[in-house]
Amino acid sequence: MSSIAVSTTINGDDVEYLCQADETLLDVLRNRLGLMGAKEGCGTGDCGACSTIMDGRVVCSCLVLGAEAEGRSIETIEGMANGNELHPLQSKFIEHAALQCGICTPGFLMAAKALLDVKPDPTEKDIRFWLAGNLCRCTGYDKIVRAVQDAAQEMKGARA
Amino acid sequence: MRYERPQTITDATALLAGAAGNAHVLAGGTDLLVRMQNDDFDAGLVVDIKAIGGMCEIVESDNAFTIGAAVPCAALSEHAALVAAWPGIVEAANLIGSTQIQSRCTVAGNLCNASPAADSVPAMVAAGAQARIVGPDGTRMVAVEDIPQGPGKTSLEKGELIEAIVLTKPGPRSGDAYLRFIPRTEMDIAVVGVGVWLALDESGLVQEARVALGAVGPKVVLAQDAAAAIVGTPLDDAALDALAAACSAACNPIDDKRGTVTFRKQVAGVLARRAARIAHERAGVRQ
Repeated sequence: MSSIAVSTTINGDDVEYLCQADETLLDVLRNRLGLMGAKEGCGTGDCGACSTIMDGRVVCSCLVLGAEAEGRSIETIEGMANGNELHPLQSKFIEHAALQCGICTPGFLMAAKALLDVKPDPTEKDIRFWLAGNLCRCTGYDKIVRAVQDAAQEMKGARA
Repeated sequence: MRYERPQTITDATALLAGAAGNAHVLAGGTDLLVRMQNDDFDAGLVVDIKAIGGMCEIVESDNAFTIGAAVPCAALSEHAALVAAWPGIVEAANLIGSTQIQSRCTVAGNLCNASPAADSVPAMVAAGAQARIVGPDGTRMVAVEDIPQGPGKTSLEKGELIEAIVLTKPGPRSGDAYLRFIPRTEMDIAVVGVGVWLALDESGLVQEARVALGAVGPKVVLAQDAAAAIVGTPLDDAALDALAAACSAACNPIDDKRGTVTFRKQVAGVLARRAARIAHERAGVRQ
């Protein structure tokens, strides 16, 4: 099977790669580009552990073909912090202990970032519904919701 | 598997028509990529339609909305004029899956996946939506209810694909609504879904109606007796009783872990009653 050449943008950088027709974006990120932040939980779009942002919308990278990334703009967890400076969501996840084993965390952070990008002041209900496609088997979700609320407050304060 | 991303719909239909084995259209991929995880599934040729002009756009004209086949459901709720015109369809489309799925899933894909429980389909059928189908022999418009033929089966011929879903702009004093029953609060498959569209005459009586039922048969049911039960009425309790009874009678469901035959029939009536009330309320405020 011949490979497909793809030109895309990942975390602001131009990236080119070769992939197979049936290879998912998640597999490309992890196996070809060494970006191991997105995790494979279910592989069928149910758990959100592989969440990445494509052209401003949060997607399950396990349900996107690597070839579909051609000409798109992809954001992954690796691009979230600014150098050594954590994104407010990352800091608040640590502060609120919104993670235990951490497998779901990159996906939650990307999904939460996509929420705050479009809705900087979400209600608790907004957060819970938006994050319903991200599963966490450790925290019981409450700490995650509090961390997102707190990050939204902090980011709002920083803008004021 | 072979992946192609044609730039024109003519190229897309030629690819699909010329495929020797399996061929699939890729829009949002939320069903197709899940099937591809199964080792026994051979996708064959996958034709990604997103590079074709217009496929990812909602176009509003004087008398219609044309929703490109690759427009993600999330984009429907961001289109204020579409939300104002067809709130029931937008609500139904937004019930599908998680935020991540909403970013990719499409109403045309929901239709072509041909699941009896597809949420957007009864809403589109109630609204009288049409699918614009393009194939090697040209373009044809088909009523949405004529596309699904049974679980996983559609009336599309080899080489054909849906280019867009077309919704005419609603007239005055009309409204639509969609409700479904699921045992959870979100992210579940409809046990029963009901779409209702109705229009009132100047005196406030129901002049026209369309009622569609999902997940109560092998394909979506356009319940004509149910619509007839409310036409000419002020949608009073007697009319709603007749509507509910006609909906229950129109069901031909299966027993499964999500609901029994008896339960589905009863809930179809209950939801039809509630959806009709919402559609009626919306019709009352639309001039």
